[in-house]
Amino acid sequence: MDDKQKPDALPGIVLTEAQKKRRRERSIAIALALGVLVVLFFAVTLVKGPAVLNRPL
Amino acid sequence: MSIVEHHIDLESPRISDAEVTDYIALLKPRVMSLVVFTALVGLAIAPVHVHPVLAFTSLLCIAVGAGASGALNMWYESDIDARMSRTANRPIPRGRVTRPEALAFGMTLAFFSVMTLGILVNWLAGALLAFTIFFYVVIYTVALKRWTAQNIVIGGAAGALPPVVAWAAATGSLSVEPWLLFLIIFFWTPPHFWALALFRSDDYARAGVPMLPVVAGPDVTRLQILLYTLVLVAVAFAPWPLGYFDAVYGITSLVLGAGMLALAINVYRRRQGSAALRATRRLFAFSIFYLFALFATLLLEVVVRAVTPSIW
Repeated sequence: MDDKQKPDALPGIVLTEAQKKRRRERSIAIALALGVLVVLFFAVTLVKGPAVLNRPL
Repeated sequence: MSIVEHHIDLESPRISDAEVTDYIALLKPRVMSLVVFTALVGLAIAPVHVHPVLAFTSLLCIAVGAGASGALNMWYESDIDARMSRTANRPIPRGRVTRPEALAFGMTLAFFSVMTLGILVNWLAGALLAFTIFFYVVIYTVALKRWTAQNIVIGGAAGALPPVVAWAAATGSLSVEPWLLFLIIFFWTPPHFWALALFRSDDYARAGVPMLPVVAGPDVTRLQILLYTLVLVAVAFAPWPLGYFDAVYGITSLVLGAGMLALAINVYRRRQGSAALRATRRLFAFSIFYLFALFATLLLEVVVRAVTPSIW
């Protein structure tokens, strides 16, 4: 095997602009879903845990 | 995975072309909307006050659980979907999402929806949601759909469970009322899907799915639709005389039931040509309205009672 055939010599994966855009959109969607999950656990903790939201002022 | 396959993967890695909308399509949003609506009614008629945050959490988990079922269904049925015109545009047959991606997506959502509902609301609801997903994917999709013409009759239980899950989320227990809602959806499913199967029977035959019109013929299907509609109308009406739902619901159920029955009789009588096709399409469309209107009546009653408590 000469140098040109070695994996190191390959150019690697080059994403097109459309693929980059879709990957960014997918990443944002995952981030939003995780954000919703965090907010949900926080809100329910307030309601069920120390019951901060249920106490009369 | 063999060494050879692994080697090929390394040489030509696949770059995903999927858009966010492809993953949303895997969730079957239209089915999900009906699931959320029926679950909302199960939540609303529960005789306890549910904190809005917990109500939202419950509905979100049920919706995501339904979406997970849809994604896992599309993962398993991608070969069937590719052969049917109605489903050929789904993300997997179109090549936008691979089967392993759909499997991972569905399993992740199933896990998070069940665990979140269990941890944040209660474990009875979480367990019922897990059972619903299991029933839809394993019992209906894997075990029944390709093997028996009774697939949608038994499998209909999965679609009927969301109001039961919602009631359990609200109360932490089970009672007669959510099972009445379960029975309504359960007996609604066969006339609804067999009406669809009547005008899509070529599609199902091509895909090798043993739907009733393919296996037993259209005439037997028409009779079965009529019989199940009779049972449906009786089951939907029964909660009023039994004292579980009130007169507004009972009368609405009778009026809607009369419409459903008239259309089912029409399907039974008109068996040839465009008149037969029109009759089945009408029944299919009306059946969606029927279920929506029936459940909307229950929801409306709860809203009216909450707004004007003095007149009740």
